[in-house]
Amino acid sequence: MATEPISEEVVGSCVDSHGSAIGMPQLCFDWFPNQIFWLVITLVVIFLVLSRVALPRIAAILAERQGTITNDLAAAEDLKAKAVEAEEAYNKALADARSEAQRIAAEARAEIQSGLDDAIAKADAEIAAKAAESEKAIAEIRAGALESIQVVAKDTAAELVTALGGEADAKAIDSAIDAQMKG
Amino acid sequence: MATETTAAEGSSLVFHPMDQFIVKPLFGDGAIAWYTPTNVTLWLFFAILAIIGLLVLSTSKRAIVPTRMQSVAELAYGFIYKMLEDICGKDGIKYFPYVMTLFMFIVTANFLGLIPTSFTTTSHFAVTIPLALAVFLTVTVLGFVKNGAGFLGLFWVSSAPLALRPILAIIELISYFVRPVSHSIRLAGNVMAGHAVIKVFAGFAAIAVISPVSVLAITAMYGLEVLVAFIQAYVFTILTCVYLKDALHPSH
Repeated sequence: MATEPISEEVVGSCVDSHGSAIGMPQLCFDWFPNQIFWLVITLVVIFLVLSRVALPRIAAILAERQGTITNDLAAAEDLKAKAVEAEEAYNKALADARSEAQRIAAEARAEIQSGLDDAIAKADAEIAAKAAESEKAIAEIRAGALESIQVVAKDTAAELVTALGGEADAKAIDSAIDAQMKG
Repeated sequence: MATETTAAEGSSLVFHPMDQFIVKPLFGDGAIAWYTPTNVTLWLFFAILAIIGLLVLSTSKRAIVPTRMQSVAELAYGFIYKMLEDICGKDGIKYFPYVMTLFMFIVTANFLGLIPTSFTTTSHFAVTIPLALAVFLTVTVLGFVKNGAGFLGLFWVSSAPLALRPILAIIELISYFVRPVSHSIRLAGNVMAGHAVIKVFAGFAAIAVISPVSVLAITAMYGLEVLVAFIQAYVFTILTCVYLKDALHPSH
């Protein structure tokens, strides 16, 4: 802001000698050509910059971003489908493994069971054989015992008869003892 | 600039709220011819620089994930693009660089004018009248080129009773020719008034007792001016779109 006196030429009708505006500077038509000239240049420059460089570039950026977003969404959809697939495969594998394990367990159980059954049958048979043997031995012993009792009884009877002064008739004694034993 | 509100010695309250709008040569004290580089030139140049910085430099990386400045550039682009598309439809899109130029110029010039001691180019009728006239002429020429004589249908309100139509045609015609006037004076008037009011409050700050109130008032006005700076650019642009729509689809 000029505080020194200003030449008459500059002052014109718009600015007083102190450099202050007279009325509205907006209505100072002396300045119009200058402002309009520079304005037109400015607008042309801005228009060229925008239409040649800035706007196509921003449009390209926005389009590219839109494309990227669309692609990413599609890729995400793909990956999601893959994840679902993988989960299904995993579940299937899990189920397979479980049934396989069950099958193996059942097999093992059956095997063990059959082994056990065999062993039991074998043991039963052995036990039965042993029991039969023992029974046979007992029967033998019993038969042996009867025989020896008979012999002892006959001997005793013969001795008794002799001691009583009789004649020991072996035949009679045998038959008598046999009869007794049977009875 | 600092001296202008307290210019005269002796009296403490001298207002020169309009001095901020004086056009001065950048070099020397000569007369202002049409080609003289002036403070207008300087601030128009800053406007160009700001627009290049905002729309060209910030987008130079073409980042998919935008930086802050690139987001602003994209926001401005999307804002005006959508406005134009909503109002004029698809066939208005080819005038997008033109509308964008107007919006970017006005909005940057308005905001540059809010820098203290700056020169507000859009506060001058010499700037806003050519802008409005350019829109007016473009729309008128475009209207006749696109629709031929059918463009006159804009003034012939076919939905009104026949007797009323000539009267309405006159009113429509007047309103049509008032468009560039209101279009330009609205912008310059709003910007100029706000800046002048801030200067007046600044003048009151010379009185010690009032100065806190004055500073508060300046702050509040400044906030309001920030709004006005954007809203006036928006209004100018949206009116341009509406006028363009009239040229493209003149039927009522």
